[in-house]
Amino acid sequence: MIELEDVGYSYGGGELLSNVSVKLAPGSFHFLTGPSGAGKTTLLKLCYGALTPSSGRVLAFDADMRGLDRDQMALLRRRIGVVHQDCRFLDHLPVADNIALPLVVSGRDMLREAENLRELMSWVGLSARADARPPELSGGERQRAALARAVIMSPDVVLADEPTGNVDWDMSTRLLHLLVELNRMGKTVLIATHDLSLIRAAKSQVQARVLRISNRRLQLAGADL
Amino acid sequence: MNRGTVRSYFIGDAQADRVVPPSGFTAQLTLFAAGAMAFLAVFALALSLASGRLAHRWASELARSATIRISAPQDQLSDQTAVALKILRQTPGVARARALSQKEQADLLSPWFGPGLDLTTLPVPQLIEVTEDETGYDAQGLRLRLAAEVPGAVLDDHTRWRKPLVEAASSLRRLGLISILLIGGAMAAMITLAANAALAANAQVIEVLRLVGARDVYIASAFVRRFTLRALIGAVAGTVLGVAGLLLLPAASDEGGFLTGLGLQGLDWLWPLLIPVLGALVAFGATWAAARRRLKELT
Ligand SMILES: Nc1ncnc2c1ncn2[C@@H]1O[C@H](COP(=O)(O)OP(=O)(O)OP(=O)(O)O)[C@@H](O)[C@H]1O
Ligand SMILES: [Mg+2]
Repeated sequence: MIELEDVGYSYGGGELLSNVSVKLAPGSFHFLTGPSGAGKTTLLKLCYGALTPSSGRVLAFDADMRGLDRDQMALLRRRIGVVHQDCRFLDHLPVADNIALPLVVSGRDMLREAENLRELMSWVGLSARADARPPELSGGERQRAALARAVIMSPDVVLADEPTGNVDWDMSTRLLHLLVELNRMGKTVLIATHDLSLIRAAKSQVQARVLRISNRRLQLAGADL
Repeated sequence: MNRGTVRSYFIGDAQADRVVPPSGFTAQLTLFAAGAMAFLAVFALALSLASGRLAHRWASELARSATIRISAPQDQLSDQTAVALKILRQTPGVARARALSQKEQADLLSPWFGPGLDLTTLPVPQLIEVTEDETGYDAQGLRLRLAAEVPGAVLDDHTRWRKPLVEAASSLRRLGLISILLIGGAMAAMITLAANAALAANAQVIEVLRLVGARDVYIASAFVRRFTLRALIGAVAGTVLGVAGLLLLPAASDEGGFLTGLGLQGLDWLWPLLIPVLGALVAFGATWAAARRRLKELT
């Protein structure tokens, strides 16, 4: 699905990531962990093309991202659902419209998708808050809405950046459960988190691999969590 | 851009307009700028149309007519006039030659001497109005013949003062057209600034739209539609006001001469209809270019 080949990245100062090689196989479930500031968000951005690697290359659906023009990149984004660390909503639109945004911008017939949207809203437990604006939501509600928006296009890959960043344990496990369910439906999932207990909780539900960023490298973490 | 793309700009979907938050103040500024520019364009247009008409009229009317002035002692005047008229009748290229009557001459002089002037008391020369036909006559040959047979005759074919007048009218017309171009350019500049401001103010929105898979065309069209519509509405209002101003100008009249001819005449009234259309086109192009530039900077 998504493959990083010997990728290095720097924001201009020293190198933040180097020699990163990883392959997200279809239907796989990955965690990405590491200390704050290690480059988890950066790595995810490389995966959905928001950043271009300083060295090496990123393949998405077997195509080199560097070779994609702007329109192809837009089409690629529709196949990769992203839960951003800071959610990224349009604050002037109600939650329901924000969740439906990927459908709207890709020109889908909203009448046909109405049922799909309603189901998804209740799946993330936001039916009652459909008309609220994003700033009026609680942190957990925002993250559930972000997850709903990430999956509404039924993408092949879901990248989630700290999806449980500011929610309590109950909500964390609920969100994790949603992601595991998506994985069971065949989606490739990558979750960036520094919450090790979340990773432990997942291990009982799904076969997850854990990637850890340390010293600018990406390593496959052992079972020593 | 293919036709489908162009169509999608204008029809679009209501959803696409909602994804960009409404912008009250810039919207009003754009409306105002478009209106003001359209208002000015109406006058620049009227100026160039009127001066074009004037140049044409002067060039054609004056070119077809000439005057012969016969200054002679009172007792020889009618004889010389008769000889001159005979010569003119024999000259190829002269369609008509007619000696002005006393009354006509008095009318010509009345603006300077006042009404009720008795010409017989003054040594006023006799005027002959000469109208040439399509082919025209040989002015130099006519002059030589008149000099030989009618010593008091002077041929004035008006070229002396026709040329500068026609030139003045033509350059007035040119200035009008340049003004229209400048107005269009200024409008493009203003719309570009406004569009850039709107794009900058909505940088976050644009980024989110890119992240969820919106193509550039989709994002740009949300802005382009807005600015085109605003420019169109503003330009319609400005054009209506400008045309109303033209309607209030006094009608063309002989007494007023050049200045009263400044309004529009006949089919010319259709030209202002183009102004809102052109204004909208300018806004479309300017916003589209601005959006393209801005979007290229994003990933
Ligand atoms: N746009 C940027 N320009 C320059 N430096 C940046 C930029 N974005 C991130 N960084 C730096 O790169 C490093 C990695 O950032 P990143 O957001 O990838 O970390 P992270 O692992 O996601 O951290 P966290 O767990 O806190 O979310 C940080 O030191 C950050 O300050
Ligand atoms: Mg991060």
